[in-house]
Amino acid sequence: MELVSRHQASLLRLARTHVSSGALAEEVAQDTWLAVLCGLDGFAERSTFRTWLLQILVNRARSTGVREHRSVAIGDAGPAVDASRFDASGAWMSPPQHWVEDSDDRLAAQTLAVPIRTALDQLPPRQREVVLLRDVDGLSGQEVCEVLEISEANQRVLLHRGRSRLRQAIETELAGT
Amino acid sequence: MLGLRKELACQEIVELITDYLEDSLPRSQRRRFEAHLAACENCTEYLNQMQATIAATGRLREEDLTPEMREEFGDIFRRWHSEQDRST
Repeated sequence: MELVSRHQASLLRLARTHVSSGALAEEVAQDTWLAVLCGLDGFAERSTFRTWLLQILVNRARSTGVREHRSVAIGDAGPAVDASRFDASGAWMSPPQHWVEDSDDRLAAQTLAVPIRTALDQLPPRQREVVLLRDVDGLSGQEVCEVLEISEANQRVLLHRGRSRLRQAIETELAGT
Repeated sequence: MLGLRKELACQEIVELITDYLEDSLPRSQRRRFEAHLAACENCTEYLNQMQATIAATGRLREEDLTPEMREEFGDIFRRWHSEQDRST
């Protein structure tokens, strides 16, 4: 049971990226555990248990076909920071406001959790997958490439777009108060 | 061509941040990146914010299973264990 508890939240988050409802995500996660239970002998130490588990989940979630994942573009082409905030030479015209120290307090009080979660939900699916696996679940870049079967370059692009949007969401949230 | 310019603009820095944090910038570009940061307070702030964002996202980890799910998976494991016992 401990094994399940430890990984379940990661599975549900990742599954939710592919399917349209929480109930479906739970089904995919449960399916994944069943596949693990039936195939545990097939686990040949070629990767960590977690990477293997997440790979099974991704394959199941994709083949569930609720959302055809492969047709989703690698990521939007939007810039990390809106172009209107730079002058013609590319220098900051509307520079980032200081909020790093402030965010510590807000994080301690958990008031940033909601806007971050909301921003995560609004990311394009492939960006969300990568940000969840890297920054929430703490996988390495290499592990993420393995789980999602993407190149290192793609992994970095998706991570960059996703993180940039989350930063913007925090800035917007803190500016509004 | 932006790539041929000696100095990086702030607008380019914000696009290279992740490659920098991932340690995937070629050495010469890494030097230009760091030279820019040393002279630019705004981009230094931006880098700090990206790191704060990563840390903040990492703190979303605490998500508990609902009691129903614990029970459901408990059933699956009990079934599995009894099947294992039978097959050995």
